[in-house]
Amino acid sequence: MRWGVVTFPGSNDDAQTAFVLEGLLGEKVARLWHKDTTLGALDAVVLPGGFSYGDYLRCGAMARFSPIMSAVEGFAADGGLVIGVCNGFQILCEAGLLPGALVRNRDLRFLCQRTHVRVEDTDTAFTNRCRRGEVLDIPIKHGEGCYVADAATLDALETGRQIVLRYCDAEGRVTAGSNPNGSLGSIAGVRNARGNVFGMMPHPEYAAEWLVGGEDGRKIFLSMVASGGVSSDAVVSATRSKVVSGP
Amino acid sequence: MSAEGNGATGWLARVYVTPKQGVLDPQGKAVQQSLHALGYPEVLDLRLGKYVEVTLAEISRESAETRVREMCERLLANGVIEDFRFDLEASR
Repeated sequence: MRWGVVTFPGSNDDAQTAFVLEGLLGEKVARLWHKDTTLGALDAVVLPGGFSYGDYLRCGAMARFSPIMSAVEGFAADGGLVIGVCNGFQILCEAGLLPGALVRNRDLRFLCQRTHVRVEDTDTAFTNRCRRGEVLDIPIKHGEGCYVADAATLDALETGRQIVLRYCDAEGRVTAGSNPNGSLGSIAGVRNARGNVFGMMPHPEYAAEWLVGGEDGRKIFLSMVASGGVSSDAVVSATRSKVVSGP
Repeated sequence: MSAEGNGATGWLARVYVTPKQGVLDPQGKAVQQSLHALGYPEVLDLRLGKYVEVTLAEISRESAETRVREMCERLLANGVIEDFRFDLEASR
């Protein structure tokens, strides 16, 4: 699969993401600069973590107006697979590609720790290689990871099965104590209604080899590979044929 | 149309961005607790927001209002979590 990894000024997980995709999973990766105005022929785009534009104003607020974001929005509108991790998730929310927003952690501390997240749904392009209810061990590192949305939006997310990952304990229990940052509904990852855009605060790219403690993060990327390959999902198939035929 | 007042050349927009009611404001809470610790028990609530000063060129008041509102909606505030208000003062 052909991946695009976007670098904004202040991104700092772009190289690690590219390393995992290319070096560990053997995928093709194009590195994209925030000033690029086209994506080229791609099957998936990653908005990586970091501190784009120094987190000025609000995390992700400036990055969403980067030239490349118009291309990313167009790609998403055409059904292309887009994943945003951490700051990438914040950018997707700011851009309106995902509902809700990410605000300062409940306890005001920057958190850098291993966390567990429970896979709430496996019928997605991002978790089809997981088991429903599976507990993934993936680290977080953020100061603004508290997911908020109004009650109506949260209801819509629940009924639309758009909540893909929730913070949990090692046994998969979602409790107040297993919620590191105060996110409403313990939400750690959501997808859009169409199912082709996904954001998550934990970093799958830092849980991709045993050398650094675990490989659970690979499942997210491998799910995307699986969905971009052979899929019964209309959105993904349409995207694939579109991308293969080229712009 | 020029800005109001003699010799005015533009506008100063004062924009106030505050967390929406109901949105958790842990920073505000922490500051409130600090004020309590400093001996101000009368502080019942505290919401921490942002204050932005935007200096505008000479355009009509109507246009300044429209455009500052647009700036707030598009960038300065995030409607999911924040409210905004602003006032305009003719500047020299």
